[in-house]
Amino acid sequence: MEKDKQTIEDNTEESKIIVSEEKKRELVVPGEIVASGSAFLPGENTQKEGDDIIATRFGLLDKEGRLVKVIPLSGIYLPRNGNIVIGKVEDITFNGWLMNINSPYKAFLPISECQGFIRKGEDLSTIFAIGDMVIAQVIAVKAKGVDLTTRDRGLHKIDNGLTIAINSSKVPRVIGKQGSMVSMIKQETGCSIVVGQNGVVWIRGDEIEKELLAKEAINLITEKSFTDGLTDKVQAFLESKRK
Amino acid sequence: MTYTKRFDGRKFDETRQIEAKVGVIPRADGSAYFAFGDTKAIAAVYGPRPLHPVFLQNPEKGIIRVYYDMLSFSVNERKKPGPARRSMEISYVTKKALEPIINLSAFPNTVTDIFINVIQANASTRCAGINAASMALAQAGIPMTDLVGSVSVGYVGGAIATDVIKEEEDYEEDGEKMVSDIAMAFLLRSQKLSLLQLDGKIDSENLKKAIEAAKKACSKIYEAQKKALKELK
Repeated sequence: MEKDKQTIEDNTEESKIIVSEEKKRELVVPGEIVASGSAFLPGENTQKEGDDIIATRFGLLDKEGRLVKVIPLSGIYLPRNGNIVIGKVEDITFNGWLMNINSPYKAFLPISECQGFIRKGEDLSTIFAIGDMVIAQVIAVKAKGVDLTTRDRGLHKIDNGLTIAINSSKVPRVIGKQGSMVSMIKQETGCSIVVGQNGVVWIRGDEIEKELLAKEAINLITEKSFTDGLTDKVQAFLESKRK
Repeated sequence: MTYTKRFDGRKFDETRQIEAKVGVIPRADGSAYFAFGDTKAIAAVYGPRPLHPVFLQNPEKGIIRVYYDMLSFSVNERKKPGPARRSMEISYVTKKALEPIINLSAFPNTVTDIFINVIQANASTRCAGINAASMALAQAGIPMTDLVGSVSVGYVGGAIATDVIKEEEDYEEDGEKMVSDIAMAFLLRSQKLSLLQLDGKIDSENLKKAIEAAKKACSKIYEAQKKALKELK
């Protein structure tokens, strides 16, 4: 439990990009003019064309002071340094593991980045076998792929519970502000939850019913993402289910 | 001017009824449905995803692949499924029409696949396909600078007719074909042409008129596309 908490705290770094829930946000399409004049600065997923700022992704418009940006609603996961991800082992090479982290690029976990001592000539599948789910951290993003590590607290193989996949752009919403959403679900269901930035969520509880309830709650968030007051809605949902 | 009343009673500058829907295929990264009356197309976008064989990869930016096909039941006479000369050409021009808006420089060595299937055909299928693909790309979260809208304009018996139907495409006078069919696609915000295909003969003055008519129709398509995307939540 302590370990997992650490991982979640690491992940909340990214969730700061989500804006306050009270603000009314407009959905914009690519190419739409979102602001004009030199008073505004183009932020993420926008670009300047002449005097206008246009959106370059489909998503929600967010104006914060002079900065204009678009929060995407969809799209694939692009790995960034420091991200905690949950990957699936796809292949074993002589010096490490190839993992699928739901991104177009291959992720490689070398033996040197693996926790514990590995004897010379040891069968690597006894550590991570093909098909195993592993919580790992991105340490390098290169042109041909990313490198991972498991040499940190809370990074290990998953051997119980269940994993579900959601869209990676909804991860900040599932975590919530300062981890408010995920800690609420943890409290209500009694499960421990790890949210990978690549959109894979690991849920582990002492009963399968509790795990499934947490799964339902997370699916509710992804369906109703970007509606206001979502934390309260999810709490109400979980309370109604508990009765 | 010999063609004075259109076969389906529309005005000359009027398109058929436009229907646009986004997110019709749940397992695709982005998908959309677009219909001009009886001409119905669905588009699905997958990716960016790894590209094999490796020699096709571009280390500077991601590439796109377009696959267009008419389903075998889309026309009266069964269409043999699979790529043919015609569908390969349309796949190619659709790719060329969509390329100017897409910016995949953040995804080198990847591919984004666009599959367009026509489920019912009554002329202008490539236009419906492009419109659907443009919406599907937006829903898939692909970085792009604009949307693309496409419409066909015919020069039928001396008159400019927007969004031609099959009967107009086959319009004849005294056993002679009197129609030019022009498929056009515009970048909708900047109003730049990204596709111009002419089948038949037309003089420069009427071609200019046809382009103006297409621009006008595309503004209506833009509204429909925006509405469909914004309704999704």
